[in-house]
Amino acid sequence: MTHALRAEWTKLRTVNATAWLLLAAIVLTVALGAGVAHAVTYSAGAPKDITKLSLTGVYIGQAIVAILGVQALSGEYSTGMIRVTLIAVPRRPVVLGAKAAVVVGVVLAAAAVAMLGSVLAARLILPAGGFTAAHGYAPVSLGHGATLRATVGSVLYLGLIALLSLGVAAAVREAAVAIGLVLGLLYVFPVVAALMGDPHLQRHLEQIAPMSAGLAIQSTINLGHLPIAPWAGLGVLAAWAVAALLAGGLSLMLRDA
Amino acid sequence: MSALAREDGGAFGQLVHAEWTKFRTVRGWVIGTVFAGLVIVLFAYLATFRHEDGGICVGASPASVTCQSFSHPQPALGPGGVPVTDTYYLVHRTLTGDGSVTARIGSLSGEAQTAGGGAGVSVQDLVGASGAVNEWAKAGLIVTASTKPGAAYAAVMLTGGHGVRMQYDYTGDTAGPAVSALKAHWLRLTRSGATLTSYESPDGRSWTKVGTEQLAGLPASVQAGLFVTSPPATDLSSPQFFGGEGGANQTATGATATFGRLSLAGGWSAAGWSAQDIGASTELPTLSSVGEKRTSGGFTISGSGDIAPAVGAGYTDEQPLTGVFIGLIVLIVLATMFITAEYRRGLIRTTLAATPRRGRVLLAKASVVAAVTFVVGAAACAVSIALGNHILRGNGNYVYPASTLTHLRVILGTGALLALVAVLALAVGTMLRRSASAITAVIVLIILPYILATASALPTGPSEWLLRITPAAGFAIEQTLPKYHQVSYLYDPTGGFYPLAPGLGLAVLCAYALAALLIARRLLLTRDA
Repeated sequence: MTHALRAEWTKLRTVNATAWLLLAAIVLTVALGAGVAHAVTYSAGAPKDITKLSLTGVYIGQAIVAILGVQALSGEYSTGMIRVTLIAVPRRPVVLGAKAAVVVGVVLAAAAVAMLGSVLAARLILPAGGFTAAHGYAPVSLGHGATLRATVGSVLYLGLIALLSLGVAAAVREAAVAIGLVLGLLYVFPVVAALMGDPHLQRHLEQIAPMSAGLAIQSTINLGHLPIAPWAGLGVLAAWAVAALLAGGLSLMLRDA
Repeated sequence: MSALAREDGGAFGQLVHAEWTKFRTVRGWVIGTVFAGLVIVLFAYLATFRHEDGGICVGASPASVTCQSFSHPQPALGPGGVPVTDTYYLVHRTLTGDGSVTARIGSLSGEAQTAGGGAGVSVQDLVGASGAVNEWAKAGLIVTASTKPGAAYAAVMLTGGHGVRMQYDYTGDTAGPAVSALKAHWLRLTRSGATLTSYESPDGRSWTKVGTEQLAGLPASVQAGLFVTSPPATDLSSPQFFGGEGGANQTATGATATFGRLSLAGGWSAAGWSAQDIGASTELPTLSSVGEKRTSGGFTISGSGDIAPAVGAGYTDEQPLTGVFIGLIVLIVLATMFITAEYRRGLIRTTLAATPRRGRVLLAKASVVAAVTFVVGAAACAVSIALGNHILRGNGNYVYPASTLTHLRVILGTGALLALVAVLALAVGTMLRRSASAITAVIVLIILPYILATASALPTGPSEWLLRITPAAGFAIEQTLPKYHQVSYLYDPTGGFYPLAPGLGLAVLCAYALAALLIARRLLLTRDA
């Protein structure tokens, strides 16, 4: 296992694209979060969930993480590298496990940087938009329990997205189809759910959509109005990731490379 | 035409034919394209059916779930078949032939439904900046064909935040002077045949005309008098998060105005004033504390509701087209693979060896991709709209009427939207050569702005800009309803409203596709394959 891990780490580390994708994920996440924090201004009436606002960047960061997860496996299929990998490490679940560990490791590290950057940016930007103590808004702070949960949860969310992408890529191999499936699941599922005519169907879809459910972890106010509780929502995403990895693992074991 | 040009034309035709052959002989691509069409139609069904009459439900646990009604019953129809809201408190008499009514309106005051559901307390925060009264609360004089909701009318009114207005037949709105609702003001409305003229005055002595309108279909005997109404306050500051805190909250509001120094001229009936809560059963949240009180020389009237076009009262063609989002993803994947697969398998070198004029190869590919996606997309949309609207109506829902031309524009426009996005995907695929990055780039460009504009907490301004300057502007082609400035409503894409006109939105997307195609052509010409 150690050898497999090292091999995967070497492969990931020495591909130029990895560093660029991680950098892009961090920059785009923080930039979108800061942009939203800048765009929002205080108004009386319904209170705003400024923690959730600060962490809006995951909406775009997850797309880059998905590329990383898909490429980690599909890249090997497109170049034929997978055959070398499987000769070196014949136990295929170990290959997938090692890949998952390495990819999730780097994604979690990048996500932690991105989320801390987002919180910091929001802390600096939000007061200018009127989110001040005078209006009843404390600065965004990790010392606040719900904010800490939202921030840590967002990091875990991105880690789970990486796992989901890797699993889907292992199952369908073709990079184009894999990324289409992952981004369709993430972005289109909630858009379609929101437009459903049947309200019960709509609610159920929001409870099982990986993005809607998973991002419940970012809410810090009005928790009673969420379609699903924060940690339960992240659990739903975890279930998607595990299912994708299982399907991917099975496909890897049963099909010729 | 010279022989050379003919030969050239033939060469391009052959290129298109070659690309078409590549497309149709890869089984996965044909299946994928058919799947994209079928999924659009399938979701037309899923987005419109309803297994029971429910409502929008929010809440994490069964105990905390709350639901609000979601179906759209048939609204009242105004002149010309426009769906309207027609709920107000009226104190009226019959006017036969010509005549006029004049009154002094004391200040408007408002109230809003409190969080507990009871009415009574003024909630300034909920109702807006102009004091405790809703910005579109209306108190004034009205001449209406009858007291049935949807009747033709003309009215002059003092509004909560938009000064004096003359409004008629629900959609018509003429602005008068922007006076404060907190100060007393004089209004006059005269009828002369089919012509209604309104005047306003700060003191009852010097009068200024507000507007003149011709009202078709006004009977000789009309109901005329005093009215007050106040539309629900929409909290525009907190749009819906997907899976989040629910939609735009509407809070019922009411308004109260004092009418004094009443004077009538013309053919008024001898019978006294009668009072009526018009259109009391309505979808609109209203306060129940309405009524009138006789005062010396006039009335104090409280009303709740609106006299305006009904916004968000029914479904449009957009509802059956929900599946376009999914079909879009499938087509983006296919269009990108149409070029990236060639790079991966090295076929691109054969292709370019066969046709050294690389720019034409790209153009031929774009033509095939655009034609296939347009035909499949438009056909799927046509079926979806016919099927979806049929199901919606069968379920007793109101579907906004649209002309054949509008349906055709939506169908062909959505086909064009899909084709343009496919060309964009092909171009980005040519630039990046890697399918995962290219597909992600296109999806992030077109779907993410839509999500951020509708689902995130972005305020209206930045949300609208996202839908103006990103390829997501193209979704505007599905818009069929007009916006009414005199109705405050969350005019966002989930309700079928976009900041750009349909054609303009599609033009923005077209510009992106063209620019991407030009850049892709440049790179194809200058890079080694």
